[in-house]
This record gives sequence, structure tokens and C-alpha cells, in this order.
Amino acid sequence: MADALNIEGLKTFFYTRQGAAKAVNGVSLRIRPGQILGVVGESGCGKSVTAFSILRLVPHPGRIVSGRILFQGRDLLELPSREMRRIRGDRISMIFQEPMISLNPAFTVGDQLIEALRLHRRISRAQARDRAVEMLRQVEIPAPEKRINDYPHHLSGGMRQRAMIAEALLLNPDLLLADEPTTALDVTIQAQVLDIMCRLARELGTAIMFITHNLGLVAESADRVAVMYAGKVVEEGGVADIFENARHPYTRGLLRSVPLPGRRTGQGRGQLYEMAGLVPSLFDLPPGCAFHPRCPRRGEVCLREEPPWRAIGPGHWTACWLEEADAAPGQS
Amino acid sequence: MIWKKLSRNWLGLIGLAVIALNVLVALMAPFIATHDPLQIDVANQAAPPSAKFFFGADEYGRDIFSRVIYGTRISLFVSVLSVLFATTFGVVLGAAAGYYRGWAESIIMRCMDAIMSFPAILLAIGIMAVLGARLINVVIALGFVYVPRFARIVRGSVLSVKQKEFVEASLAMGNSDAAIIFRHILPNCVAPLIVQATANLAYAILAESSLSFLGLGAPPPAPSWGNILSDARNFMLDNMWMTIFPGLAITLAVLGFNLLGDALRDILDPRLN
Repeated sequence: MADALNIEGLKTFFYTRQGAAKAVNGVSLRIRPGQILGVVGESGCGKSVTAFSILRLVPHPGRIVSGRILFQGRDLLELPSREMRRIRGDRISMIFQEPMISLNPAFTVGDQLIEALRLHRRISRAQARDRAVEMLRQVEIPAPEKRINDYPHHLSGGMRQRAMIAEALLLNPDLLLADEPTTALDVTIQAQVLDIMCRLARELGTAIMFITHNLGLVAESADRVAVMYAGKVVEEGGVADIFENARHPYTRGLLRSVPLPGRRTGQGRGQLYEMAGLVPSLFDLPPGCAFHPRCPRRGEVCLREEPPWRAIGPGHWTACWLEEADAAPGQS
Repeated sequence: MIWKKLSRNWLGLIGLAVIALNVLVALMAPFIATHDPLQIDVANQAAPPSAKFFFGADEYGRDIFSRVIYGTRISLFVSVLSVLFATTFGVVLGAAAGYYRGWAESIIMRCMDAIMSFPAILLAIGIMAVLGARLINVVIALGFVYVPRFARIVRGSVLSVKQKEFVEASLAMGNSDAAIIFRHILPNCVAPLIVQATANLAYAILAESSLSFLGLGAPPPAPSWGNILSDARNFMLDNMWMTIFPGLAITLAVLGFNLLGDALRDILDPRLN
């Protein structure tokens, strides 16, 4: 089966007075149609910039330096901007973190859905309206034919995010970029909204790139997981691979940093793990493996050379010298 | 929503009433005026207020009441058109500067700063001296002088609205820059614009009167408030009605716009809510 999206060696740098910040520094990812790929990592690891790069909406002063983004066999980075605009919102759509400000306060929810539809399809207002009501119903907004006339400030956060999901899926896109779609919501609403998003995507066959720092949500909803660190993917695999058989020290650290209900912090067995060190400056990445200053198992080679990307199981990949038999780092 | 809040703001309502009165007078001028505003009547030179001349007559015997009534037309015409002129250009320049940033912003905003560095009335006088004293030139001169005020406000609002995620979201929906500026950003900038426009109408009335007073507004026989005052100033000590009534008309119109402007600012400024 062809990939819904195939990113190869994407580099997006931000050029500032202090030099180039390497926000995305050689990311390769692929998502199959209908698949949900969870992209996890700390703030500033390049998750969101990767999503914006796909839409070619990297904010100033960022620039895509190199790489290929293959979508339906075409390299998005080669498309003329008019073509790209046609793809945005139609074939690839995006949901943002902050539902409070993702909808234009000056227009009703209906107006915005109708506008989005009519931007890409030649249909009448009445038809667009029917479709918008239908979509609002599908994201489980009660009384959609009434809600459609509401302004965003009439809706709660969860409702707005559902409206955003409705807008994003309105045109039955092939790829949905969901950038922390539930982070701003109440915990009780998060699962609900996520459920709706994933269910609809599966029904419509939409692939999702689900960006989050919440590992729990990824474990529940994603098919595959990519772990990013300092602008690179350090480990990628199926949900079970990552959560039960993580190989990269960063992924392991990340997993151990998650507080679980019932696991007590403080003294004793269940102490919450704190990863040493800080996320490196994107202006001045450490040589070799970017994770080595924080890695509890770093070896001499990690300081000098970047680890290769290699398969360590079916569909399970990582970039770590620990996996390289002949260059195994020393004491651990 | 604006209506509801305005109906509870009695100062704003008074302002609105005064403006409505001005507009009504301007529209109905031929029916309200008792004389032809340009009619010279030698027999009644400098006649004091009476049943025939409500506000008295000027040194040519022209009825000041009728002249003030017709002057309302000129004042409203100039102020409304010049503010419209300034708003249009200010919105376009400010939106371009705020949205595109970079060198476009630098060039536009430095030009605006240059215009603003002149005292408004002085610059208007200069422009009038170049263009010549005609009514439409007053509109152009005042409009030009006021462009930077609108450009600055719009640029500021655009900068803040542009930060909002819905702008990013609409880009991600495949909208063009123009659609985003006009459909998504500008509708969220109207509140400060309305406030600025209302307040500016008052300035424009004052400025138009000042220009006329200096002989740079509507050419003399025209009954603009500034002209009436200018003609009357030599007789002020002996015949005070010649100056009092046009002066009152100016005061009232400016007061009306200021009251409404203040009320709208209170209603529309989120920081004051």
C-alpha cells in the first residue's frame, strides 16, 4: 500500500541573529492511509514545526532547508503555492492546540464551516450548510442545527475543539495533522474528543499525525509512535514496541517520567524518574548523538558520531549506538 | 450588543442625538433656512437677532441663521468624507504593514511617522496652499493628514489578531492572504477603528473650520462655519451674535461626536469592560 505521507530527511531551520536554530534536523516519517501516528517528544523537539513544514506554513524566520515531503506521490515542497493552497484544508487539514482562539470570534461556527467547504468545492450555501450540520452531528455536538448559528464564545472548550475537528474533516482529507488537539481541554473531555477524532478518521480512512507530549493518549489511540528529540526521530515503532520494548534511552526515560495513578512518588520503588540535564539549545546541538549529554548509557562513540537509523525488529527502528554490536559503548 | 450598551450610556445617547440633529439639519437645510444664505441685504447690515433674523445678520445683511444651517452641510460633508478617506487608506496601509511585516512595514510606517511629525493643521495648511482653496481639496488635505492615525491603529490590531490561532487555522484551510486579511483579520479590528473614526470626525470639523477661518477652506461666499467666523471676527466686539452662533454650532457638533466617541470607546474597549 502506498504511504499517505512520506517525509524524507526534512530539515527546517529558523534563521535568527544568533544563528540558525535547527528545529527540524533530518526527520523521516511515513504514515499509511488510515493509520494514526503518534509523534511524541518534549516541547521544542520539532514536532509542531514538522507539521507546519508539511503544510508549508513554517512561520517567519523559519525555512525548509532540505528534504522531501511526498504526499500522494507528489513532493509538496516542489508544488507551486497555488497548488499547495488547494491541498491545504482539502487533502491535508490541521487541528490546533488552543480551541479558544482557533475559531474566528467574528463569525458563527456555521459561517466558518460553510466558508471552508465553499473554498474548495463548488456547492451552494444551502448544500454547504446541510453538510456542516451533518458534520457537527458526527462530532457529537448536540442540536447541531441550532449550534451552527452560535458564535465561538457561546461554546465550551470541548465543543469548540469538536467544531474544529468537524471543520478539519469536513472535506474528507487524506491526512489530518493534529497538533496537541486535546492539551487545552479538561482531562475528562480529552478522551471524549480524542475518541471522536479517531473514530471519524477511521471511518473516513483519514491518516492522522497526532502530535502530543501526553504518552497516555498516544498509547490509547495511536497505531504507531515516533519519538522525537532535538529535531530528529530517535525511535519509531508500533505502540506495543514503544511502550513495552523501548530501546532508545530517551524513550525509556520519557516513559519512566510519566506519573501513573497508584504509582507513588517519593521514596521507594515507584519514584518518579527525572531525566538529567536540559533539552539542548537548537542553535548549538551537541556533536554526535544529540542526546548524549543526558544519556545515562553514553559511550565514547556517542560524543563523536551520529548513530545510524536501523531496524531492530519488524517495523521497529531506532537511532542509538547501543544497538550497534560492533560499537557497543562501554560501561552501562 | 453595541445598541444595548449604548442605550444605557446617557452621555453617548446625547452625543448620538446631537449628531442626528446635525445630520437632519444638513439634509433638510433648504426647508429649515429662512433666507438664502448668500442673499445680501444692504438694509439689514449687522442687524441684531430678531424675529426675522434669528441669529442676526452679518455685515452684508446675510442671515446668519441660514448660513449656520447651510454650514452644517459643509462641515459634515468635509468631516465624513475626510475620515472615510483616511480610514480607507489607513486600513489598507496598516493592514499591509501589520500582515506582511518586513520592509513593506518599515517603509509604510516610517512614511506615517513622517506625516505624523507635522502638526496636523500645519500640514493641512501646506497641502491646501499647494492644491488651492476648494472644498474637495479640504477633504483630501484632512484625509491625508489623518491617514497615519488609522494606519497605526490598524497595524497594531492586525499584529495582535495575526497572532491568534484562527489565522493560522485559516491559512491551514487553504485561504489566500487577501481572504485572510479581509475575512478573518479586519473584522476583528473594527472596534478600535470605530472609536478612532468617531473621535476623528470631531477633529475634522474643527480642522475644517480652522482652515476656512484662515481662508484655506471652502472659498468665501460659501457659508462654512469657519468662513462665518472669519467674516465676523472684525465685528466681534460690537456685534457679538455674529461670532457666537457659528461658534456654538461648531461646539455642539464637536461635542456630539466627542460624547459618542467616548461612549463607544467605553463600550468597545475590552480593557475597560
